[in-house]
Amino acid sequence: MSRVNDFVVRFANVNGTGSASANYLFAKSVFRMGVPVSAKNIFPSNIQGLPTWYEVRVSEKGYLGRKEGIDLMISVNPQSFKKDIASVRSGGYFLYDSTKPLHNEFLREDIHFIGVPLMEICNREFTDPRQKQLFKNIVYVGAVARLLNIDTNIIEGLFAEQFQGKEKLIAPNVKALHLGSDFIKENFSFPLDFYVEARDLVGDSIMIDGNSAAGLGAIYAGATVVSWYPITPSTSLVSSFESYAKKLRKDPLTGKNNFSIVQAEDELAAIGMAIGANWNGARSFTATSGPGLSLMSEFLGLAYYSELPVVLVDVQRSGPSTGMPTRTQQSDFISAAYASHGDTKHVLLIPSTPTECFDMMADAFDYAEKLQTPVIVMSDLDLGMNDHMTPAFKWDDSRKYQRGKVLTAEQLDALPQWGRYRDVDGDGIPYRTLPGTHPTKGSYFTRGSSHDENAAYSEDSPTYVRIMDRLLKKLETAKKMIPAPEVHLGEKKSDVAMLYFGTSMHAAEEALDILKNDGASMDAIRIKSFPFCNEVKEFIENYDRVFVVEQNRDAQMRSLLINELEIDPKKLIKVLNYDGTPITADFILKNVHQHLFQSIN
Amino acid sequence: MTYIKPKFAHPRLPENKLGYTRKEYEGSLSTLCAGCGHDSISAAIVDACFELNIEPHRVAKMSGIGCSSKTPAYFLSNSHGFNSVHGRMPSVTTGANLANRSMIYLGVSGDGDTASIGMGQFTHVIRRNVNMTYIVMNNGCYGLTKGQDSATADYGSISKSGHVNSFEGIDLCGMAIELGATFVAQSFSGDKAQLIPLIKAALSHSGFSLINVVSPCVTFNNNQGSTKSYDYVREHNEALSSIDFVPVREEILTEYDHTKLKVVEMHDGSLIKLNKLSPEWDPQDKLSIMTALHKSHERHEILTGLLYIDSESVELNELINTTNVPLNTLTEKELCPGSEILEQICSDLR
Repeated sequence: MSRVNDFVVRFANVNGTGSASANYLFAKSVFRMGVPVSAKNIFPSNIQGLPTWYEVRVSEKGYLGRKEGIDLMISVNPQSFKKDIASVRSGGYFLYDSTKPLHNEFLREDIHFIGVPLMEICNREFTDPRQKQLFKNIVYVGAVARLLNIDTNIIEGLFAEQFQGKEKLIAPNVKALHLGSDFIKENFSFPLDFYVEARDLVGDSIMIDGNSAAGLGAIYAGATVVSWYPITPSTSLVSSFESYAKKLRKDPLTGKNNFSIVQAEDELAAIGMAIGANWNGARSFTATSGPGLSLMSEFLGLAYYSELPVVLVDVQRSGPSTGMPTRTQQSDFISAAYASHGDTKHVLLIPSTPTECFDMMADAFDYAEKLQTPVIVMSDLDLGMNDHMTPAFKWDDSRKYQRGKVLTAEQLDALPQWGRYRDVDGDGIPYRTLPGTHPTKGSYFTRGSSHDENAAYSEDSPTYVRIMDRLLKKLETAKKMIPAPEVHLGEKKSDVAMLYFGTSMHAAEEALDILKNDGASMDAIRIKSFPFCNEVKEFIENYDRVFVVEQNRDAQMRSLLINELEIDPKKLIKVLNYDGTPITADFILKNVHQHLFQSIN
Repeated sequence: MTYIKPKFAHPRLPENKLGYTRKEYEGSLSTLCAGCGHDSISAAIVDACFELNIEPHRVAKMSGIGCSSKTPAYFLSNSHGFNSVHGRMPSVTTGANLANRSMIYLGVSGDGDTASIGMGQFTHVIRRNVNMTYIVMNNGCYGLTKGQDSATADYGSISKSGHVNSFEGIDLCGMAIELGATFVAQSFSGDKAQLIPLIKAALSHSGFSLINVVSPCVTFNNNQGSTKSYDYVREHNEALSSIDFVPVREEILTEYDHTKLKVVEMHDGSLIKLNKLSPEWDPQDKLSIMTALHKSHERHEILTGLLYIDSESVELNELINTTNVPLNTLTEKELCPGSEILEQICSDLR
């Protein structure tokens, strides 16, 4: 039976050989044919030489989560042949560089082998040693295009876009593409029993990674000061901000920068600079991953207690410690929610798509300034570093930056009295002043030591308690401001429900779809922020049991739900994927079925 | 003991050119130990700002943690202050400076806050030439935790409890010069005549200015055998120069013997006049000052005065080509590219 637009292709390459752009070309060409596609990089913490994989799922139904079972493996890395051959599903295909014969012991009876002499073709057709190496990648893209019925004109169009200004590179790329395509035409039957057929299913979607989207969101949000320390997988977020800023943020008259970026000496300094800039009235952020979050904790406590806005993006990776720096996880939730010693609690935003990375990044600055507290955007490696099909970004030109309660000199003059930490409006949010505003009014001493409503040092117990309680009140205000959860209700209310967040969304929605088709519909909720909005508790209370889907070992979100909402732990069933690869619908279903089966018996 | 200062001021207090009296540069009453060297430094900061005709609210007072870092409460009460976390004042100041390059940033720190926990940030704020004045109130010990040796305590110095320091002390000035600091001075809290012009010069310098001020801890490090006691410093202080700072366009009246004078013109046109006491030293030559520092160390002397200045200094915002307008004043108009450009970006991603 042939399958149209529903299969998984995996490329096995050697890190640092230029394969990434060739593989992206393949994914993009499927997208250009109007078919939903999702691509995942599975790469080592290495610069050159170790195995790396690129997995592309093509899905007519628009399922963008990862899927187990490889239908077509393209392996140009002899280091990983054995493992790669083993990972192909029974009846699937293995395309390899047949310049050298395949070792007999690797052969499998139940899969098809497609040998394409990539090295031989390139050695014959190209003279430049670098081209001989690089064009191997394009030759296999051509072969795969032929096998899967992908229109080579589309790929040629992508070359034209990619090599704008370097037009002489187009012809050899096109040549390599056709060498691969023609080799299949002459030696194999095609297409395979699964292939791509053009559709109109991607609408106005774009393809972008979450880090680029968040960097662009920060540009639109008016961030001006960026301090950072390089760490995978957050580095490309600041690179994105920088490249957009260089194009979009030059002062037209002087050519000078309407932004400043400083690569700090460590994460301590990165967050310190961001806090200093926000204290002084500029929108400033930093981006990091788990180890950086640990280092930033002390400063986050200072910002929380002295009530300063700051935006931090945590692009989570597999911990603990150095962990697996190039593998994904959602394992910083507890450390982010309660970062720093003493009683602290922070606002978290949890995007699921690059579009939400863009939107939440822009909103994060408004929330941070309105609430005068740190806001942490909880992305992860899967979202941050992989290209995703996602709705186009939108911006309302009438939108004004919401800078919160900042007093001007005129307002200070008009006020009979002012105290930095007084709760004038009853929402727990005081009024702040910026340095240099007024010659004689509004100055105060920002400090992490205990202070009274006028910002004066105080060790008076009732005063301390009053301020700490007001900070809680402020977080109650936050709950009404930050994004409410997304609730999915079926036609008939179910007894059990599913709760998920962040990049588990695609796999969870796919699993829910399958359950629905099996007649076992389940209501669901996607959490988008912390502290939990009241809707979260109301939702959970309506069900006997709730599957809590997360990508960490210790069920961190479940712990937060229990801790914050006093929910009976027995009610919250763990579904935990923490092997460093993005979660799949199969994994969720397996866990759900297992639990339901056990509870019946 | 009261912590509230009397509001009464003499009706005929002298005013500076802005019409402010010295009183308007003061802070609340110090809660440090009576006789603490840090209080003298606070007083010198007040005098320097008053004499320089700085508007108090244009100064941002930055600090970390420790006795020294409490002092911003005791001067310039019309300025915003930021008492950050231990050893991290430089990063907070860097961020603040990037947000608004038009203000004056005055950081105060201690020897623990700078030479131990804050050593990393101290070196990098120098390297970036952040436009700020960084005053180290250096007493060689941890006062707030009862007098442990700090990293600037000299080898062999004896603490109040009789403990003999077995490690070499870090020379912050020598290190700062090696790291490329563009203004490095050393002084003694008890020498107001030297300290005030140094602070004035530092505040006027464009770029990073370090003033390492030996400031005896009267409670924990003022005993016999300590190399940071009042008596020891007075006996071993060797001034490199006497200094006079002349702000831009101010009438120059000086009694110095001009044959011995070294005049350095600052970025903004103001002048530093140095009456050289040490013949082999030139404040714009790194080699000669490094030699002088090493020689003074061998002689167990503390070299004071303006040690080094690079009057061609280029500060951070210039180095990274930031716009002249303070970034914190930019609005949606300058910062947000708008929906049309966003649509274009999206169409390139299809």
